[in-house]
Amino acid sequence: MEENKKNSRRKFLDKGLKFGAITALGGLGLSKLMQQLNAKTTSSNSDKVELMTTDGKIIQVDASEVHDHPIKPADYNVREGYPNRKFVMVVDLAKCKNALKCQQACNKGHHISGENAWLKVYKMQTSEENAPFWMPTQCQHCDQPACVSVCPVDATFKRKDGIVLIDNERCIGCRFCMAACPYSTRVFNWSEPDQGEITLSQEYTPDFCGMPSVKGTVDKCDFCPHQIEKNELPFCVGSCPNGVFYFGDKYEDTVTNGEETLRFSKLLKDKAGFRVLESLGTEPSVYYLPPVDRLVKFEDGEQYYTEFESVQKPE
Amino acid sequence: MKSKETIIKELAPRKFGKRGTIWSIILLIFIFAGLIAYIDQLIKGQVVTNMRDYALWGVYISSFVFFVATSSVGSVAAAILRLTKNEWRTPIVRIAEIISLAAIIMAGITIIIDMARPDRLLNLFIHARLQSPITWDVIIIPTYMIISFFLLYFPLLPDLKILKDHYKESHPTLSKWYGKLSLKWNGSVAQKALQQKSIRIIAIAIIPLGIILQTVDAWLFSTTYRIGWDSQNLAPYFISGAFVAGIGALVTGIYVVRKVRNLEDYITDFHFDKLGKLLALACLLYLYFNINEYLLPTFKAKKAEAIHLETLFTGSYALLFWSVTILGLILPIILLLFKKGRSPKGMFYIGLLVVIGSWWKRYVIVTPTLLHPFLPIQGVPESWRHYFPSLHEWLISFGTLALAIFIIMMLVRFIPIIPIQRTMDEQNIEQIDKK
Repeated sequence: MEENKKNSRRKFLDKGLKFGAITALGGLGLSKLMQQLNAKTTSSNSDKVELMTTDGKIIQVDASEVHDHPIKPADYNVREGYPNRKFVMVVDLAKCKNALKCQQACNKGHHISGENAWLKVYKMQTSEENAPFWMPTQCQHCDQPACVSVCPVDATFKRKDGIVLIDNERCIGCRFCMAACPYSTRVFNWSEPDQGEITLSQEYTPDFCGMPSVKGTVDKCDFCPHQIEKNELPFCVGSCPNGVFYFGDKYEDTVTNGEETLRFSKLLKDKAGFRVLESLGTEPSVYYLPPVDRLVKFEDGEQYYTEFESVQKPE
Repeated sequence: MKSKETIIKELAPRKFGKRGTIWSIILLIFIFAGLIAYIDQLIKGQVVTNMRDYALWGVYISSFVFFVATSSVGSVAAAILRLTKNEWRTPIVRIAEIISLAAIIMAGITIIIDMARPDRLLNLFIHARLQSPITWDVIIIPTYMIISFFLLYFPLLPDLKILKDHYKESHPTLSKWYGKLSLKWNGSVAQKALQQKSIRIIAIAIIPLGIILQTVDAWLFSTTYRIGWDSQNLAPYFISGAFVAGIGALVTGIYVVRKVRNLEDYITDFHFDKLGKLLALACLLYLYFNINEYLLPTFKAKKAEAIHLETLFTGSYALLFWSVTILGLILPIILLLFKKGRSPKGMFYIGLLVVIGSWWKRYVIVTPTLLHPFLPIQGVPESWRHYFPSLHEWLISFGTLALAIFIIMMLVRFIPIIPIQRTMDEQNIEQIDKK
């Protein structure tokens, strides 16, 4: 008893001290930031960097005070994802003309060797009277993912940063996730993948789907966490010549297609964004902007459209 | 009235005759061919099947559902007939339990055949997630298997003792095995009471377990968003379908066993007539759920549903759909209305029709739905838009079917197909002998 009491008292003290230290450090950090903000107008002898605050104001900060923080924290957990992030994508259907650069970049980047690409540009027409349009579609990274619900072994999982990934060292190949996914985005390795030479820079991680693909397991779009780590845009976003794809963080309320950076919520509001099969309640992380006021002609995309092929085979 | 010796002699298991031997060889060839095809599938991957990213489940899953459905016969015959005190069940329950056990074992094997990574089977336990319907299957199938085994085994104990004594002189080794398996049965009042109590508990337990088994099986499909599976009607639809498949298999099995073993004195026209009425009831029930399943979506004709139903009613699956509906369901109902239809021979053909119809029915439930996803099928080879099983799939499926029949044959070979003790008890033979 005595021992216990002492112990808990010691713990309390210990915790209290640590907590105090953290607050003090935090306070120090804050006051330093305040100093910088105040100093903005007066000092002028060093380089300034323009930064945007969370409420959209542009501020100037002394360059020496700006530190590079790696996006990937030291205690990064592949099943948890990037802390305090919620990755989203916006696909502007008004801009897509089926150039297929996205698909090619994705296929190449992920060493896709099967016959079904992870990213497909569908030729869509909802009814005869409606105009046809091109619709790039990949894993929707649902917040209520049907695939994750049905997986019996927790091989496919949902992370806090919104990304749905597959651990292909655990997948048992039952294909229930594929049956459950209403977007048909999952792809199975029916045979030993013929990926040619791939240099594995690191150990296998679900963060980089297709590195390598494994026979008898499921693959799909991974939202490119391996690109995010390098502070780069996902393959499809970076390769699109028409700026169709916007990628970003819902918490920062910002998305970018590499050329322009926009407010996510405003973009959806202004252009009446929607999600595919919203009625199912899957809550996708991929949003679409309707194909209105198009600058491109639908017919221009026809030349690249291949009904029976989505992965070009090297001759 | 027959004497004790005659009954034992007539009901004790016997070596296969010429036909039995030929049949076992044929079955073994099928099993072997299936095994080779499966090994090839393991080496090359499931690319040897005709399943692809759209038709991602095929004949293995339909076979699995068929076996699960057939395994319901144990709970129907043994438990329901028992609880409703239908005395005529005595000569048929054991065959029902044998079929049930063989079917549930094969269901377990078939679902593993469908798994592309059977080497990771243990993940189902190590990383089990309770929210997945597959985990529910992992729980219920072995449970049902064990309970089915006990339902077969416990009532068998007195018979094993009888066989031990029966073979003491002629087959000492066999006699020794029967003795071991009879768990020191001596027929004392205490033993009988314990046995009766155990059987009663199992017989009651297997009814909810059977319902759960069929329901989980239906939920594998109805927990998805897919058109044609996304139906609240699916579980009762599967349960009633399971009655049909199970009783169909039972009738066929009984007819063959009766013929081969000359058991006309034990399994009479009366039994077939009763079973015929039971099958008719099951078929009518199934027809009712079929109407629910197809008529309501037809009435509303939601766009995606309409496309799906059109493939079934008039499209590429029409021949199959109408065949299983008319030949496998409506025709049996009509035939079973007549007394002649419920004669042993008539019942055999109807049973066969129903069993084959049940298998193809599962095929019609599983495959067309997958070929109608929400988003169009584009960017994949043209052949991915259709599905018909490959040679590997046929060989493996026939292999599993052959193995199921082989298990049944082996059990028939070594255990009395009609409960000896019970038959004697019912005819009060023991007492007469003692006098």
